[in-house]
Amino acid sequence: MLCLMKNYPHDGHFGPYGGRYVAETLMPALLELEQAYLAASADPAFQDELDALLRDYVGRPSPLYLASRLSEQCGGARIYLKREDLNHTGAHKVNNTVGQALLARRMGKRRLIAETGAGMHGVATATVAALFGMSCDVFMGAEDIRRQAPNVARMKTLGAQVVPVTSGAATLKDAMNEALRNWVSTVRDTFYVIGTVAGPHPYPVMVRDFQSVMGREAREQILRQAGRLPDAAIACVGGGSNAMGLFAGFVDDAAVALIGAEAAGAGIASGKHAASLSGGRIGVLHGNKTYLLQDRDGQIIETHSVSAGLDYPGVGPEHALFKDTGRAEYCAVTDAEAIAAFQTLCRLEGIIPALESAHAIAAAMARAPRQAKDGILVVCLSGRGDKDMNSVEEYLAAHPSERLA
Amino acid sequence: MMAPSLETVFATCRRQQRKALVVYVCAGDPSLACTERLLPRLAAAGADIIELGVPFSDPMADGPVIQAASQRALAGGASLEGMLAMARRLKATLTAPVVLFSYYNVLMQYGVERLARDSAAAGIAGWLVVDLPAEEAAEIAPALDQAGLCRIPLVAPTTPAGRLGKVLGGAAAGGFVYYITVTGVTGARQEVPPDLAHNLDQLRAHTALPVVAGFGVASSETARLVAAHADGVVVGSALVKLMAEAPDDDARIEAATQFVASLAAALRAA
Repeated sequence: MLCLMKNYPHDGHFGPYGGRYVAETLMPALLELEQAYLAASADPAFQDELDALLRDYVGRPSPLYLASRLSEQCGGARIYLKREDLNHTGAHKVNNTVGQALLARRMGKRRLIAETGAGMHGVATATVAALFGMSCDVFMGAEDIRRQAPNVARMKTLGAQVVPVTSGAATLKDAMNEALRNWVSTVRDTFYVIGTVAGPHPYPVMVRDFQSVMGREAREQILRQAGRLPDAAIACVGGGSNAMGLFAGFVDDAAVALIGAEAAGAGIASGKHAASLSGGRIGVLHGNKTYLLQDRDGQIIETHSVSAGLDYPGVGPEHALFKDTGRAEYCAVTDAEAIAAFQTLCRLEGIIPALESAHAIAAAMARAPRQAKDGILVVCLSGRGDKDMNSVEEYLAAHPSERLA
Repeated sequence: MMAPSLETVFATCRRQQRKALVVYVCAGDPSLACTERLLPRLAAAGADIIELGVPFSDPMADGPVIQAASQRALAGGASLEGMLAMARRLKATLTAPVVLFSYYNVLMQYGVERLARDSAAAGIAGWLVVDLPAEEAAEIAPALDQAGLCRIPLVAPTTPAGRLGKVLGGAAAGGFVYYITVTGVTGARQEVPPDLAHNLDQLRAHTALPVVAGFGVASSETARLVAAHADGVVVGSALVKLMAEAPDDDARIEAATQFVASLAAALRAA
């Protein structure tokens, strides 16, 4: 079930964050989308169809796996991995694209567009476009096209057009600018499938609700497998969709710490990072008010992360609120720490994680030794790392001392 | 001599039985020094109102021409502070009122209340904030009211008639209504959309404010066609492009002045 009426921001704001900061041209479409979403969520037929697709097409529920060797090496809490890497298409992104594509079909839209960074959301959108017989254009930064080549090939194979974006740093932020520009021009017949819990209302809440299936499953699974709730739920945060999906399952359990791992790139102090909650200021970009990496004048600055999916100067507005209220805590994981966690998980568990997810693994590895032996951490393994082999090799070639022997 | 108010501009145009010419200039493209020389020339050539574009790193509602202009302006060191200082220096002599055309984040980081005060002191008549629809306009309306500035509302071809009351009636809404002629981003287009006349007529029935139409107006011919159903037209990308193609500031200012003079002449005949 979509837990819709719970924590639904009727004016589109999460405290002072969120909102609908878009051109008037898009406002009617956002209002229409919100109405369609509210109606669909209240319709049992929509829910049934979504559940069936998540089960039979995506392969849910995804397992919750006790990573024993990793836990043993860390020497503290037991680390459980929510295996979103085992979903169809290899990441959590498909939970949301299945939901939005069903909504698009219900609204009579025949064309999907999406922005993508690492390419997982692009692949997940191209996948559902094929499934529903819709046309699909994916906007992707030219730099990301270079570093995520396998995903570009997958999108094209699935019948989508990949539109290279060369403005700015040619990464996720620029892809989102271009997707918004395209949507302004095609809004009458096009559905914009946003891949994260950011953007104008209702996207942050809608994407959270579609991703909340992870958190609900994880809560049931940990109760069944470990007999109690975890001490912490941990996930990486770029825009923050896998984190918000996992957190949604535990947000009402006050004793469960919610921990988001942002990308610290070369380190917060270096200025070369993508940690908007740890190092940003409140501002408005891409339709919502949130923490942003920006200069004194309000110009958005270029971000740096070894992980394309976290390489974004903003973050979902509900995360901004969670930071302020203290409901979640946000730490920053450097490229080096993420690469180390990536290699460790490969060697100890035989699981190649996405570089994004490796940030969450690193945060868990840092926290586990500080917890008692009977402690429990639930970590979102948001995606598989096949796409990242080139990025990891490039990084290790430049930093040979960080290669695990 | 100070610039007339927006209200006076439209009253004068009506008396002279012509349509207002609104020109968009990206401040600081390629330098604020060039913009400072340019604005008085454009006013003298017949620009009735100047939209002073505040450059932003992520101009999501703009096409490639204005994106490139924003990048040049930022590379040239343009800032809101510099723009306001320029406007203060021009205040006594500029014969056309200036409105700021901006994305919200840059205004927000400057500080809305401080910016409203500084805008008024620099003789700026109002703000047009591209990504601040009626739903979020309360963020700036009290500060604008306090400073005696107007918030210029935008209406799009996708705005249903039932929403016009909300868009036009919000706090501090005034000056004029900016009608976005195309469902899309800024930039020159060859043709006038077929629903333009109908939409403009419908809009004018809903408001006592003057209505100007912009996005895609690139020539005297399209300016005349659009003006037939509006109180004024906005020319932006075509002017920015012309300037970008000129070899130096002198040539830029000369080309822009001639183009604006030709548009003004076309609108006198409209």
